[in-house]
Amino acid sequence: MLTAIGISSVDELFEQIPAPLRLGRPLELPAGMSEAEVFEQLAALAARNSDAEEQVCFVGAGMYDHYVPAIVDAITQRSEFLTPYTPYQPEISQGGLQVMFEFQTAMSELTGLPVSNAGLYEGPSSVASAGYLAMAATKRSRFVVSRGLHPHSRETLETYAVGYGAEIAEVGLRDGETDAEALAAAVDDETAAVFLQNPNFLGAVEQVEALGAAAKEHGALLIVAVDPMTLGILKPPGECGADIALGEGQPLGNRLDFGGPSFGFFCATQEQIRRMPGRIAGETDDVDGRRGFVLALQTREQHIRREKATHNICTAQALNALGAMVHLAWLGREGFRELGELLVQRTAYARERLAAVDGVELLHEAPVVREFAIRLDVPVDRVLERCAERGIAAGYALGCDYPEHEDGLLVAITERRSKAQIDELAEALGAAIQAERGALVGNSATNAPLGEGAS
Amino acid sequence: MAATETPMQRERATTIYEKSKSGRRAAVLPAAEVPERPIEELIPSELLRAEPPRLPEVAEPEIVRHYNRLSRRNFDLDSGFYPLGSCTMKHNPRLNERVAALPGHARLHPAQDPKRAQGALELMYRLQESLSEICGLPHVSLQPSAGSHGELAGLLLTRAFHADRGEERTKVLAPDTSHGTNPASVTMAGYEVVKVATNERGGVEMDDLRAKIDEDPDQVACLMLTNPNTLGLFDENIAEIAALIHAAGGTLYYDGANLNAVMGHSRPGDMGFDIVHLNLHKSFSQPHGGGGPGAGPIAVSERIEPFLPRPQVVRREGDNGDGPSFDLDLERPKSIGRLRGFQGNFGVFVRSYAYILSLGADGLAEASETAVLNANYLVARLAEGRSRKYLPLNFDRHCMHEFVLSGKPMKKELGLATLDLAKRLLDFGFHPPTVYFPLLVEEALMVEPTETETKESLDAFAEAIERILVEAEGDPEVAKSAPYTTPVRRLDEVKATRKPVVRQPLV
Repeated sequence: MLTAIGISSVDELFEQIPAPLRLGRPLELPAGMSEAEVFEQLAALAARNSDAEEQVCFVGAGMYDHYVPAIVDAITQRSEFLTPYTPYQPEISQGGLQVMFEFQTAMSELTGLPVSNAGLYEGPSSVASAGYLAMAATKRSRFVVSRGLHPHSRETLETYAVGYGAEIAEVGLRDGETDAEALAAAVDDETAAVFLQNPNFLGAVEQVEALGAAAKEHGALLIVAVDPMTLGILKPPGECGADIALGEGQPLGNRLDFGGPSFGFFCATQEQIRRMPGRIAGETDDVDGRRGFVLALQTREQHIRREKATHNICTAQALNALGAMVHLAWLGREGFRELGELLVQRTAYARERLAAVDGVELLHEAPVVREFAIRLDVPVDRVLERCAERGIAAGYALGCDYPEHEDGLLVAITERRSKAQIDELAEALGAAIQAERGALVGNSATNAPLGEGAS
Repeated sequence: MAATETPMQRERATTIYEKSKSGRRAAVLPAAEVPERPIEELIPSELLRAEPPRLPEVAEPEIVRHYNRLSRRNFDLDSGFYPLGSCTMKHNPRLNERVAALPGHARLHPAQDPKRAQGALELMYRLQESLSEICGLPHVSLQPSAGSHGELAGLLLTRAFHADRGEERTKVLAPDTSHGTNPASVTMAGYEVVKVATNERGGVEMDDLRAKIDEDPDQVACLMLTNPNTLGLFDENIAEIAALIHAAGGTLYYDGANLNAVMGHSRPGDMGFDIVHLNLHKSFSQPHGGGGPGAGPIAVSERIEPFLPRPQVVRREGDNGDGPSFDLDLERPKSIGRLRGFQGNFGVFVRSYAYILSLGADGLAEASETAVLNANYLVARLAEGRSRKYLPLNFDRHCMHEFVLSGKPMKKELGLATLDLAKRLLDFGFHPPTVYFPLLVEEALMVEPTETETKESLDAFAEAIERILVEAEGDPEVAKSAPYTTPVRRLDEVKATRKPVVRQPLV
């Protein structure tokens, strides 16, 4: 090969790098390892995590311990889906493009909006992307954001807004739901968009249609972040006046993975189709009249439009969207609704069961689907620790994101959380609260230190 | 013809919705187990959905067949050579899939107490340290989800850095050879793009750069550069470029899409870059997944560190002989804030860390050497044939890991556009190079073979190009109507954009 190139050593090829900029030493990294050794190292690291197989997981907050059917792995691990890149050559990418088209159809059905893209990175950054679209669509730069929107989404929106130049007004919650009066007062003729989440971060099902009226009145877009797993039950955002419905896609066919990779979905009204971020597959014909699929509306995209693109996104999460599509096909029309009903029934049971525990009360009484918030009369972090020692991840402490709910705990239910596990959670919470009360009053009979006898 | 048509590939596309039959299903769900109540008692009926979404109704065997059939309508890296320029289509070791799927990784909730996620945080910390060493920059955030997300992060960091000094700058310079994501990110971050010209050696035109800076040095926020650039050429003036930008008070941003050329040989930090993004799905072997997932970590210099996104993974030394522990640092007062939910694409981190461990210091350097060797060998091989005449190298010098050919003479003399050549390559079982990019090269073909290709596969590719050119000398119409053997032939992309049909109509 060197002879063909006309050089005597590979080093000559690196001579175009000026000598002072050549590293001239090996990287300070360990030497390479055999496959078996790498496996052992990674397995040892993995063993130091308490995953949902080790701890019964009642934590949600945007990502949920659903059962991912085996066929999702079987299909997403196929080389033909795993190893190509973006379908720039549609003639040899019909599989991937058709998956995008099917996925878009599914997300459009779920959200009740006619247009879906093929996916974005994940939930919160999709919210920020919707803000960018709203500014372009309305030529306004003010956002009104419910405090019920996921704290990560609110913070991501703020991060992006510093760049694209938007200001944000936040509207608080009342009894768990977005304060309708405060929202109506906050929206004005300069407002580009109103951001809601349904169910909101505290699990409450919002009156989306009623809240959205303020946006309609002032010509602002209504942007609703949704949990896709609730859309077999809840009225779809498209029927509640939403201009954009988006969200974190992880509950559909994606594992927890400590937070990613998953995908974001993004659906909109027909009016917004040419302002959409991300890839969109479209149906067309080939020269012989055969049905086929291509990347449609590429003139929105960065590789064509550069600085005038509707978004900068290139690589997104195609494989994760495939996982979602397979999961949705596996559930099917009836299964998807049944799963939603199962979540509602078990969540109602869990909510009632936990509310009956001494020291626990509901943080709000609003209707819920699969996640609800409670209050504890002893420190939440201590209770979580005691439950963790019993092998239960009891929920998400609300205090770090909502200082006004320092005593709040968010509990999530999936189809993997059995009645027996819910009962055990109730029992563990009760015991932990009793132990903490004992610790607080210094009663030696119940003053069980953490780590021992906390059952 | 190089490949034969199979009935399965050529059958009419049928979507999963068209296979749907009312009442069929795959899923069996657990019983509720709890006392069930009418749903309207739990959620007011006006908030409920009237009809379930029209998802397909298909049994599991048909779902498996459907997606298996679809998969056969894809060309993939595991099936053949995929020299897509700037995309680094290197082999994806299956070990990485195995370790990413371990329950301790795959079923770890992102809000797990850091105390009970020490393995994951340590893995992230070690990856940060490794990338820091590879980039020659002291600090890393793994948070951005892909290269474009890293670019946006870098520009927001630049804005925060200047704001902290009481400055507000408006312009970001970028060469005319830059990736499309660069200018798109600039606009999203609220800056204006200023294009910088390319010189006759393929590098930044220094006089133009000086002129663009001198117009208004106080307004220059940043210069975004890829080095080696999208022509596959190392910019020899990089030290001087860095000095000019720094003197004007701007930051220097490195688009890491082409890092695969220089791992263990040259480091962006040593070149003077302040902010670097890396594409873990390119240089660090994460499978491309048909368009993701990826990850776009950023490495930064000391002066940019205070502004890094939060949370940041940190190592805390233990007391009293305890070992170190790892934590998520949210207390970062100058941080630009979050760019996304939770901690980033952790599953991607696992794969890329496994890759770095497998190769080690020497292996990474060797990967870059082989990538550069393969690219230059392919240049030489192509030049032995008709490519020299019809597809000349755009800048006649040794390339790094990729190179750009111009199809201008081919178009003029054979009437064959670069697109035609690309489509004919499909019939020969190759994925074509990146076409029509970079924009400054007429009829561009950007070829990146990567280090995981053998000499034989490079030879076969060169031979295919030669055969297509010979064929076109005889009858250019063959290539102009190609491909012939693919599941579909050339598609009407204009129709798909003029009258977009982006979902299946359902009844």
